[in-house]
Amino acid sequence: MTDTVLIETRNLTKSFGGLQVLKGVDLQVHQGEAIAIIGPSGGGKSTFLRCLNLLETPDGGDVIFEGQKINQKGTDVDQYRQKMGMVFQHFNVFPHMTVLQNITLAPVLLKKKTPAEAEAQALSLLERIGLLDKKDEYPRKLSGGQKQRLAIVRALAMEPDVMLFDEPTSALDPEMVGEVLSVIRALVKAGMTSVIVTHEMGFAREVADRILFMADGVIVEQGVPAELLDRPRQPRTQEFLSKVL
Amino acid sequence: MTFTTVFQNIIKILTKYWDVFLIKGVSVTLALAAITVFFGAILGALLAIMKMSRLGILRAVVTAFVEVIRGTPLLLQLYIGYFIVPLMVPALEIGTFASIAVALVINSAAYVSEVIRSGIQAVDIGQTEAARSLGLNKSQTMTKVILPQAIKNILPALGNEFVTIIKETSLASTFFVGDLMTSYLVVKGQTYLAFESLIIVGVLYFVLTFVLSKLVGAYERRLKQSD
Repeated sequence: MTDTVLIETRNLTKSFGGLQVLKGVDLQVHQGEAIAIIGPSGGGKSTFLRCLNLLETPDGGDVIFEGQKINQKGTDVDQYRQKMGMVFQHFNVFPHMTVLQNITLAPVLLKKKTPAEAEAQALSLLERIGLLDKKDEYPRKLSGGQKQRLAIVRALAMEPDVMLFDEPTSALDPEMVGEVLSVIRALVKAGMTSVIVTHEMGFAREVADRILFMADGVIVEQGVPAELLDRPRQPRTQEFLSKVL
Repeated sequence: MTFTTVFQNIIKILTKYWDVFLIKGVSVTLALAAITVFFGAILGALLAIMKMSRLGILRAVVTAFVEVIRGTPLLLQLYIGYFIVPLMVPALEIGTFASIAVALVINSAAYVSEVIRSGIQAVDIGQTEAARSLGLNKSQTMTKVILPQAIKNILPALGNEFVTIIKETSLASTFFVGDLMTSYLVVKGQTYLAFESLIIVGVLYFVLTFVLSKLVGAYERRLKQSD
């Protein structure tokens, strides 16, 4: 972890209809840092994460990525999104493409790599996650855990500066959670800047440099895992943790 | 009128006029339906794109058009086509067949635009989000990710539209365009055997639509398997 701030939000707000989901969220994500966001459902965790790469457009406040404010008219969002990988709860792999095509689509289409380079990179990524033998299969032949691992390397193929994980194990059968978490763990260990929305408290404790507790549209409390999980100061945090731990 | 005489009359008609039904009638009906679906699909795709546009005025125009077409009888639209189209393109001296085809295409486009739009919108929103999160722009997302999946919803529906159009083209016989129903009018006029002619035409329509819907069904199942 370095002192360089990779992503910063200032007073981020977002409403859906009459419901204010984010009520002014400030955060600095440093290069190489792994942040876990925990909290009750509906507390704004996913919305906040999706605001970082502007899948949701914030109503107010700033999203600053590598020193540039990106949530303003005239910004080429696509260019910034190339540097922010995202992994979804429901995988969202492309069902009409083979495993290999899923990975090479974006790097080739966006001219980051030649088809040959992209394929070589995809093969080495697949080897890393143990799916090399599936390279020509279609996703329907994959288990949930395999789909999610594919989704992770699909994002990695764009060589992003940060990875955003939106409850990456919530839709998985219990026996498949481990294989996905170990891929994420390896990434974090290798120094990938990561923001992880998760319900896996044990995992958050293990990999995160910092844990944020979000509820009711604000960051209620944050700190290093041992501090936040074992000695929460806020009543709201204590109440939540007493239910889940 | 016994069953035997009807049967004998049908045989007689078929021996003498089989080419009127099979060569002329069936081919014109199929041609009319094919032209309608082909150009209807192209125009329908354009309408679908306009309907999903960010420009409210464009969406409103398309919505109004689709509602008007769906809310008025096809026969009325054919009459309007029959009278209006030659007036609008007088230089071409466009014939009855072309005028009717244009009216059918416009009618079909309205229905097909809804087929295409719903086919596109049936693709999980997560697919769009995944593509956009990788940095693909809107049109790359549409052409590489959404349309290839939507086409599986759209093609079978277009096949069914083709089957429907085959039946609806019978209304075009009002203008003697030479379709299968026109064959009925011609043969009835010559033989005065209305019932028998109708049976023949009915069987032909049924065979056409039955075979085609079975083919569409088989194709649909094959698409499903590759999901």
